[in-house]
This record gives sequence, structure tokens and C-alpha cells, in this order.
Amino acid sequence: MDILTAEFFQRALIGGALIAITSPLLGLFLVLRRLAMIGDTLAHVSIAGVALGFLINIYPVAVGLVLAIVASFGIELLRRRYRSFAELSIAIIMSGGIALASLLFTVGKGYNLDVNSYLFGSIYTLDNADILVIAIVTVIVLGVVLALKKELFLLTFDEDAASVSGLPVRYFNILISILTALVISASIKIVGALLVSALLTIPAACSLVLSKSFRQSIILVVAIGEVAVVLGLWMAGVWNLAPGGTIVLLLIAILLASLVMTRRTRV
Amino acid sequence: MTTTVVPDSVAPDPNVAPVVAVSLNDSNERPPASTPSCHREIVSLQDVTFSYGSQHVMDNVNFVVRERDFVGLIGSNGAGKTTLLRMIVGLLRPTSGEIKLFGTPMSRFKEWQLIGYVPQRNHFNPLFPATVREVVLSGLYGRRKLLRRSTKEDHLRAEDALKTLKIGDLAEKRIGELSGGQQQRVFLARALINNPKLLILDEPMSGIDTETQNNFFNLLLHMHKKHNITFLMVSHDLDMVRSYLGEAPRAKSGKLSFHVRHSHDLEDCVETDLLHSLRQEG
Repeated sequence: MDILTAEFFQRALIGGALIAITSPLLGLFLVLRRLAMIGDTLAHVSIAGVALGFLINIYPVAVGLVLAIVASFGIELLRRRYRSFAELSIAIIMSGGIALASLLFTVGKGYNLDVNSYLFGSIYTLDNADILVIAIVTVIVLGVVLALKKELFLLTFDEDAASVSGLPVRYFNILISILTALVISASIKIVGALLVSALLTIPAACSLVLSKSFRQSIILVVAIGEVAVVLGLWMAGVWNLAPGGTIVLLLIAILLASLVMTRRTRV
Repeated sequence: MTTTVVPDSVAPDPNVAPVVAVSLNDSNERPPASTPSCHREIVSLQDVTFSYGSQHVMDNVNFVVRERDFVGLIGSNGAGKTTLLRMIVGLLRPTSGEIKLFGTPMSRFKEWQLIGYVPQRNHFNPLFPATVREVVLSGLYGRRKLLRRSTKEDHLRAEDALKTLKIGDLAEKRIGELSGGQQQRVFLARALINNPKLLILDEPMSGIDTETQNNFFNLLLHMHKKHNITFLMVSHDLDMVRSYLGEAPRAKSGKLSFHVRHSHDLEDCVETDLLHSLRQEG
């Protein structure tokens, strides 16, 4: 049980709790805009950036972030070109990211490059620099989302109406893309690239069936994220399970419970 | 494709203005088929042309919507009705030509709260977690409200808009649970919450039953007659439009025709004209 008091575990808890605020919050907006898969895409691109970071010896998370931002612009460009085929842009950039990552990983063979820790996360290896990055990302994302909550709601619900209201829709879209890239890059080390989108999308999926209002869903997604991450980390610590996988499976359990609970009221 | 624009039957003639008072009786007998020129231009289209790639949708459309006009825009499928409305609200840019809103060219127009827009069949996700109240309130979120919290007054306005459209009891329902007609009212309430001067509606009555349609149309007419709102509406329902706006279109452009009815009597105009002339003399 003394793993729970170990310093690395406490760091994991802090990092996890912070990501559990931002990831589901941003994920809610992405899911509602039918961009649920954007998390996966940016995560894979980000991995390519991490590999590149190792190769050129620059803080890998930062390189991952830059590449993710570039990719998010790419997605937005393709999304505009192929209106109403949002998923197409995502598929293209995603495979591009994986291709680049696999290429860089082979080039980097022999370097001290632990692929698994980025694919599946390594929350126990978070250092103070990682925590600092996650904290900064949390402050930025939380600040922007709370300040622009109304406008983001309108943009998400009805992009045309937002535009007719005189909101700078294009800048808002760019803003969301950048925030997403920030959150993904910061959370890769925690849940791993393969599982990043779980924390983005599953809380939102629960709120779609559970909440009556937008206000409620904002509170609900964060609450679900926190429960899954904190409980998941605790269970993983006690029973020596893979933390990322435990968190994601807990999220799925919560989703199933929500679906069963609401089965009678909705078809 | 050429365009024929039927000229204003009573074209504003500045030279005649001072003597209008004399011909008051005359003007009373004439149905108010055209808009008195004393009202400011709300929307003006000058040689508006639009094409998707090589496909021409409309060529050189010229038309002016004046304050208190109710304009019914009619045309067959593909005539460009929706395209025209989307250009007027800035969602599409004309290939050439100019659109002015409240006298200001589109590119410099900032007063978007003056315009309420109800798009054709809102295709939002029925599972979207938003209440009717949240959707109506979102009509206030624009440039002016950026980075500001919703105030108590905002909530009162939402309440008023909900009551006006008789959907107060639905306020806490999820928008997706409502019927088509109820949803249409929600979007109209959202458009009305800003007290707009101009309401733009794109086939507001499609997909709802006849009785609801009639109620809805009567509501629009009431707003036009009593609340001095200017309307620009695309409609499929020729009967309904003709019954209020008359058989003959004011203007035609390609496959688009504009039916217009003005909401107030000509005398109002004459008064202001008279004042103007008195002021000039004095």
C-alpha cells in the first residue's frame, strides 16, 4: 500500500487530476462538433513529434506539441476543403502521423527511445517539468474555456448562427485546434497516445445521455474524468495494474452504467 | 441569364415630395403596393452575382428592402433563395456586386445584433445537451457580449422571448425532445431576443403541420404590423405569401421573385416629408 504515498505516485495523481479537468472539457466541444477522432489523430502526430524531439535532442513533449498544432491546422484546412466530410481530414492526418512516427522510430533505433511509454503512457515517470507543463496547459485551457463558454457553446451548437452574430468563427476554430493540441501533447505521457481519445470522448459520451443542459454536461464531464482518473490510479497502484488501461476501462464502465441507467427513457 | 428588375411603381421623386400633402386622398385609395421612400434602406443588393465554380446561381440581382417591408422571396428549387439569404447574413460572399446592410457595406458592417436569422431546418444533433432556454439565450452571444457574463437582464429577455412564442413551459426541455414546430419557435425566439430590426427567415414553415403553420404565420404578421420589424422570408407556400403580399411580385430577377408589403400607411411618410420641407423653409 505504500506505493500510494510514494512521490512518483503523488506526481501521477496531480498530473492525472489536472488532465482529467482539461481533456474531458475540451472533448465535450470536440464530440459535439463531430470531431471525436481528432484526439487520436493529434496524438499520433504528437508521437511523431516526440520521436523527432528525441532525435534532435529537444524536449520531446514540446516538439510533439508543435507538430500537433501544425497537424490541427492541417485538419482545419482539409475540413474547409471537404466540408461535411470532417472525418476524411482526420483519417488523412492520422495515417500521416503514424507513418511519420514509425519512420522516425526506425531512424532512432539505438537511441534511448522508449516507444511503449508514449503509446501506452507512463504516468509513473512524470517528472517535475512534466507536471509544470501540465499545470500550465490546464490553466490556459480552463481560462479560455471558462472565459468563452457562451461563445463556444454557440459555435458548437450552430456555427452559422455564431457567424451571423458577428463572432470571429475562424479564429475560434483555430483556438480550439490549438487548445486540443495542447491538451493532447500534455496527456500523452499520462494515458498514452493510443488511449488519449478515451479521456476526451467517453465523458462526453456519458453526458450526451445523462445531462439535460449544456451547463450540466460541462460539470458532468469533468466529474466523470476526475472519478475515472483518481479511482483508476488508486486501483492501478493497489493491484499493480497498467494505470492508463485501468483509467480507460473505468471510463467505459461508467459509460455502460450511464447507458443502462437511461435505457428506459431514451431509445 | 439576363435579369429583369421591375422598377418601383412609385419611384421616389425628390421634386414631388413637397406637394405630396395635396395628393393625400389619392394616395389613400392606392393600395400601398410600394414602400414609401422615406424609410431607410435595410438591405440593398447591387448587381449581386453568385456562382459555384462555373455554375451560375444568380446574375446581377438588384433589390432594396426598406424598413417595415415584409419581403417574400419566392423561386423554384435551385433559384438561389437560400444562397441569397446566406449572402445577406455574411455566410457566403457574392462573386461580384455589393450588399449593404443598414446602409453600410457588408465588409464594414458590425451591428449584427440588428439582424435575426432563422436558417432553413436547423440540422443540429437531436442529442445535443442544451435546453430551450440555453438555445434562446445564445441569440445574445455576439461580439458585444464577448468575455462578459450573461446578466439578469439577459435572462429576463430570454424569458420574454420564450413567453412571446408561447414556449415558456418548454424552457428546461432538451431542444432535441421538441417537435418540429416547437423547435421552429425556439429558433424564432433566439432570433427575436436581440429585438432585431430585420428578421431573415429561410422556409420557416417547412416540415410543420398546417395549423402550426397558420399560427406561426399570424405571429409573423403581428410582429410586422405592430412591432415594426422588417422581414425577409423565403417561402415555398405560395398561397400564404400571396394572401398577404399580393399576387404580383415587386421585382423579378432570374428565377427569384420578390413580393413586398409595407406595414404602415403612406401618411406617416408624408408627415415626415412635410416636416422636412417645413424645416427647409424655416
